[in-house]
Amino acid sequence: MTMRIFVPRDAAAVGVGADDVALAFAQAAAARGAAIEIVRTGSRGLCWLEPMVELSTAQGRVAFGPVTPGDVPSLLDAMAGNGQHALRLGVTDEIPWLKRQTRLTFARCGVIDPRSVDDYRAHGGYRGLERALTLTSDQILADVTASGLRGRGGAGFPTGIKWKTVAQASADRKYIVCNADEGDSGTFADRMIMEGDPFVVIEGMTIAGITVGATKGYIYIRSEYPHAVEAMNAAIVAARRAGLLGKRIGGSAHEFDLEVRVGAGAYVCGEETSLLESLEGRRGIVRAKPPLPAHKGLFGRPSVINNVLSFAAIPFILDNGAKAYADFGMGRSRGTMPIQLAGNIRYGGLFETAFGVTLGELVDEIGGGTFTGREVRAVQVGGPLGAYFPRALFDTPFDYEAFAARDGLIGHGGIVVFDDTVDMVKQARFAMEFCAIESCGKCTPCRIGSTRGVETINRIINGERVAENLAVIEDLCNTMKFGSLCALGGFTPYPVMSALKHFREDFGPAPARLQAAE
Amino acid sequence: MSLIQETDFGTPKSKSESMVTLTIDGNQITVPEGTSIMRAAMEAGTQIPKLCATDMVDAFGSCRLCLVEIEGRAGTPASCTTPVMPGLVVHTQSERLKKLRKGVMELYISDHPLDCLTCAANGDCELQDMAGAVGLRDVRYGYEGENHVFAKSSKNSAHGCENDNWMPKDESNPYFTYDPSKCIVCSRCVRACEEVQGTFALTISGRGFDSRVSPGMNESFLGSECVSCGACVQACPTATLTEKSVIEIGQPEHSVVTTCAYCGVGCAFKAEMRGEEVVRMVPWKDGKANRGHSCVKGRFAWGYTTHKERILKPMIRERIEDPWQEVSWDEALNFAAAKFKGIQQKYGRDAVGGITSSRCTNEETYLVQKLIRAGFGNNNVDTCARVCHSPTGYGLSQTYGTSAGTQDFDSVEDTDVVLIIGANPASAHPVFASRLKKRLRQGAKLIVIDPRRTEMVESPHVKALHLPLMPGTNVAVLTALAHVIVTEGLADEAFVRERCDWSEFEDWAAFVAQDKHSPERPRS
Repeated sequence: MTMRIFVPRDAAAVGVGADDVALAFAQAAAARGAAIEIVRTGSRGLCWLEPMVELSTAQGRVAFGPVTPGDVPSLLDAMAGNGQHALRLGVTDEIPWLKRQTRLTFARCGVIDPRSVDDYRAHGGYRGLERALTLTSDQILADVTASGLRGRGGAGFPTGIKWKTVAQASADRKYIVCNADEGDSGTFADRMIMEGDPFVVIEGMTIAGITVGATKGYIYIRSEYPHAVEAMNAAIVAARRAGLLGKRIGGSAHEFDLEVRVGAGAYVCGEETSLLESLEGRRGIVRAKPPLPAHKGLFGRPSVINNVLSFAAIPFILDNGAKAYADFGMGRSRGTMPIQLAGNIRYGGLFETAFGVTLGELVDEIGGGTFTGREVRAVQVGGPLGAYFPRALFDTPFDYEAFAARDGLIGHGGIVVFDDTVDMVKQARFAMEFCAIESCGKCTPCRIGSTRGVETINRIINGERVAENLAVIEDLCNTMKFGSLCALGGFTPYPVMSALKHFREDFGPAPARLQAAE
Repeated sequence: MSLIQETDFGTPKSKSESMVTLTIDGNQITVPEGTSIMRAAMEAGTQIPKLCATDMVDAFGSCRLCLVEIEGRAGTPASCTTPVMPGLVVHTQSERLKKLRKGVMELYISDHPLDCLTCAANGDCELQDMAGAVGLRDVRYGYEGENHVFAKSSKNSAHGCENDNWMPKDESNPYFTYDPSKCIVCSRCVRACEEVQGTFALTISGRGFDSRVSPGMNESFLGSECVSCGACVQACPTATLTEKSVIEIGQPEHSVVTTCAYCGVGCAFKAEMRGEEVVRMVPWKDGKANRGHSCVKGRFAWGYTTHKERILKPMIRERIEDPWQEVSWDEALNFAAAKFKGIQQKYGRDAVGGITSSRCTNEETYLVQKLIRAGFGNNNVDTCARVCHSPTGYGLSQTYGTSAGTQDFDSVEDTDVVLIIGANPASAHPVFASRLKKRLRQGAKLIVIDPRRTEMVESPHVKALHLPLMPGTNVAVLTALAHVIVTEGLADEAFVRERCDWSEFEDWAAFVAQDKHSPERPRS
């Protein structure tokens, strides 16, 4: 009886030895003449249990982890026998951390073989496209709009409106661009889904193409994700072979093809216009808007630019209808968010759930508090340009407007936890440092302001004229927030001002009344 | 007489014919659709502070000084990149805007030398103007931070370690200097080289704070693709790119508009003078041939007028082996006239002739032919323009009744297809070529019929269809083109009937339609 064993090939899992584990299984099985089939999958997203290995059984898939090569012989014994082992986690789908999630987008991630179209289809893949091919452009737009899907890259712009603008534009050609530059620290959802379920992204982009009238799409993947680049390229080839990319997709009259393009190490190229510049082979500097990329985007043509997760959410919506998606969530934040729990956290990983869960639930209950076991002091939500929230704001529900109302942002859904050893003045300085390193250099508030911000915070750290320099920082943050050309300079004030507001005690001797210097 | 100050509207003029009315600072203004708020305000007489915008190039949106408030819209959009819309209500000055502009200027000045009084741009510096315009009073960041200003950083004050951000002046170009320590990275020079000149010699090198203007791949200006047209120097708002003549002499005080005589384009220049001395030549925006652009010749290469080797006194000699002898004008003129008359006496009246240059003014050419006809009594006078243009002159006057050009240079901005034969504008008429290349980059098509792959064919970002014909076969090629037009029914009959004698056209059409003129027929 061949044992089917699943070992992830996801980069995070590989980072903790998954490839060695897979090799160990192959060697050990060969040595004892055991018949096993090893399937390399994406990650299930329970990062503290990686490398997490699964075995196909009559009760469903059973998980074991975290596995080292040394555990493999005893695991093989257990798998061939009664299945009992110290590393046994039980039936994967019953693991509480996984079971309580609402995986609409990540349903197949870690389950299927990401290289196989057949496996994708066997798990419900390409049903969205099948339905979309029977609909008109307006009907697809109506579904996407009614679903309430908002851009998951961070801006939260209604996806239906964006697609409609491009659909209505007239041009000799249009483009679909997938923003896979995922540069925010503490985020990895794009990478996980590209490595674990690339076809869902391809399907989403294909649906976008037939909706707006684009026949060509590009996936711009950051250079730091080589495994994702490989996975997407392999999936594109497989989709072409299956007649789902290229001419006459799925036997229809529609044409759509995709190409992967790799970035070159610039966080700013996650900003949509800078991404377009980079895609066009130019320096990745930000373009002024107007015109919007929906009107004049890639090569001056109307373009849909969406994040990986936005495209990945589409097939579910087309397959199950707008209401099935919109029924989840709260307020104007509909559907689910793949939240990435990271930093100094006990149970870090991918947690997809409906909008509305509170920050406290995510950090304390689901995340299990800090990895070090110390008190959680600050949580940064939304990437390096997100605000730091103290425990006092842990009742904030995960919702675009609720976070904005408290001067924070959800961004791409990354949550980074800090314990009480964190020095918030140094975190504020880091925000400016990050901006200085990643600045494209086009606009003055970001290009010069970020460097001056670092210098001024250093003076505060050294105790030089603290009150005066705090006022300068506040003025600088105002200039950067309202003067910057894009969100890199524009949002750097969020972490700085939130650190000042909620953790003032880290910023120098006595709290002074903040007022702008004249 | 004083310096001609041309208004810089910030962004280019829109060609739209539909108009938009909006309110700026309480005043209604009507402008063409597609005009930026910045330009609309300027046309209404309000100068919004700006550094990266200049009307020779498209809006960029990088300096963030020109921010305005628009009622009903959140935030503070840049007026250079925001187009007018009907009914907008714009405020160009408010407490919030004042604070933001001061904040931006404070950042600029924190990384800029403070030697205004001895700087070449003193009196002609937009950075100076803007610091004054926004009321900047102090720079709270101090001057010990990272900068591009000082060769040695002050961090290690004992010895001063090398400042990695500092770059020395590039004085390689004989006509202008590039001083990176004063650069505010407005990118006006880069955009001028791209959009106006079309050479693409400049870029910004480095990212973020490291950004500096770079010719080519960090080469010197002289070593790069730069053609010294001077557009970048003209565009630069600070002393970063300055004419060496301004550095040496100082600011000019009055302008005289004149025309460059170097080539057939005839660019209009403002000769900016101090007293009798020319300080610099700057293209005049109202020049209908050049519209504010120039090439190296008229812009910089006028040094010959005061060159030390220029001959200022008449000289004569009997034989070519003899040394030159300085004499008076009278003696020189008598000597020359006597010699010419002697030649005529010995060899006949027709033995003497004269040629005038096409670069002479009309008046000079008139005088030469007057001298030949009235002075020497013969008609042996010619002009080198005949070599280029007698065929075109003959053809045009036969066809249209006049041999002048049939349209102005402005018309190139509306063209869809350009066919170049027997000309190489990129080399011979560079300013026209720049205007043409700009239109080509917008999508107009180019056909070049020339034995060589001329500079027009090789221009960056221009796609040319090159027909490399054998030298001497121009007529055959053009007749073959005509053959295709006539035999494939591509001629616009209504257009032709309106303007030409139809029976003459039919004769001609029958001739070109002959099989021997088809492009497929091999030529022996």
